[in-house]
Amino acid sequence: MTRSAPAPIPGTTVFDGAEAQKGYALNRMCFSFNDAANRAAFVVDEAAYCDRYGLTPEQRAAVASRNVLQLIAAGGNIYYLAKLAGILGLNVQDLGAQQTGMSVEAFKAKLQASAQG
Amino acid sequence: MAKLVGGLAVSHVPAIGRAIADHKQQDAYWKPFFDGFGPAHDWLAKVRPEVVVVLYNDHGLNFFLDKMPTFSVGAAAQYSNADEGWGLPVRHPFKGDPDLSWHVIEHLVEEEFDLVTCQELLVDHAFCIPMELFWPNGDMPPAVPICFNTVQHPLPSALRSYKLGQALGRAIESWPEDKRVAVIATGGLSHQLDGERAGFINKEFDLLCLDRLVNDPKALTGYTTRELVALSGSQGVEVLMWIAMSAALTGRRRHIHSHYHIPISNTAAALLVIENEAVPSPA
Repeated sequence: MTRSAPAPIPGTTVFDGAEAQKGYALNRMCFSFNDAANRAAFVVDEAAYCDRYGLTPEQRAAVASRNVLQLIAAGGNIYYLAKLAGILGLNVQDLGAQQTGMSVEAFKAKLQASAQG
Repeated sequence: MAKLVGGLAVSHVPAIGRAIADHKQQDAYWKPFFDGFGPAHDWLAKVRPEVVVVLYNDHGLNFFLDKMPTFSVGAAAQYSNADEGWGLPVRHPFKGDPDLSWHVIEHLVEEEFDLVTCQELLVDHAFCIPMELFWPNGDMPPAVPICFNTVQHPLPSALRSYKLGQALGRAIESWPEDKRVAVIATGGLSHQLDGERAGFINKEFDLLCLDRLVNDPKALTGYTTRELVALSGSQGVEVLMWIAMSAALTGRRRHIHSHYHIPISNTAAALLVIENEAVPSPA
């Protein structure tokens, strides 16, 4: 029995088994960033650290780009990516602004405007 | 026998933890959120729960994708917090109640929930922040953490979460200890951190959820997980824990307090308190 593909949700990746398999190495690296020593090792030699976790070329490029949508396309899950973002000094408003192509101020204003909805 | 005094639910946005650590509760940005807690604190002072069961989701502190349990129950005398990677201060360990943990485990497995049991469990901001919000003086009661998978789909359905909540309510009420117990749900309401739809908030759906959670939680079990993602955002699915909390309250229910504020960080932040009065079962 085959399952029909569910209707896509605009602007949203549902992190399912396919994504979890695709993103495993990237997410595993990001999970390691719970440890301060690992965060420091990444900062010292990013490429070597990515090697250690066996990132795919697409995942390595996404890490180098600092582009969140690209990281998600490479199988990254936002909960683990948040730990990478922490190293880069980005908070969730910065991430939201980058993904929506807005300035951080405009993104915050958009959040605020939801209160009127 | 134990008495299930009621349920509470609250958002667990990490920035709240930072605001608490930096004593910013009365800053203009934070005041509208923190000022909503008065009635919850008053109610807690009245009902004085001696143990709480906390329904929360782990964000990559204790669990990784190598092993991702759908429902896991803490069974430890103490739960530690730890570095989550982005600079939130690490909290003191929280007291557990292994006796209630094992009672809940026995009861839920008997009701055919296949659980993961954890004699060691690191609890992340989703557990710690609500405890600090409800007991700002640090005098929180011992807790039994129950972790839901909201990271990797398939997630437990709304109906499954509801049924788990009902079984949890029955488990608590059959605990032989003469103690007052409350159930706490954490997370939500609508928010989405990832994708082109980042920043998505749905006030209309949140307000509908807050109403149904008080008056008719079963109505929320008709949504599929994908529908919940579409309506409340990728991380808004944390409403699953709120559904389970409400379902646990099987007695006479009384709405004590709701509070809703947009935005805290990227999230529609909410607070809900429902009292539960046991209805004696017919002899």
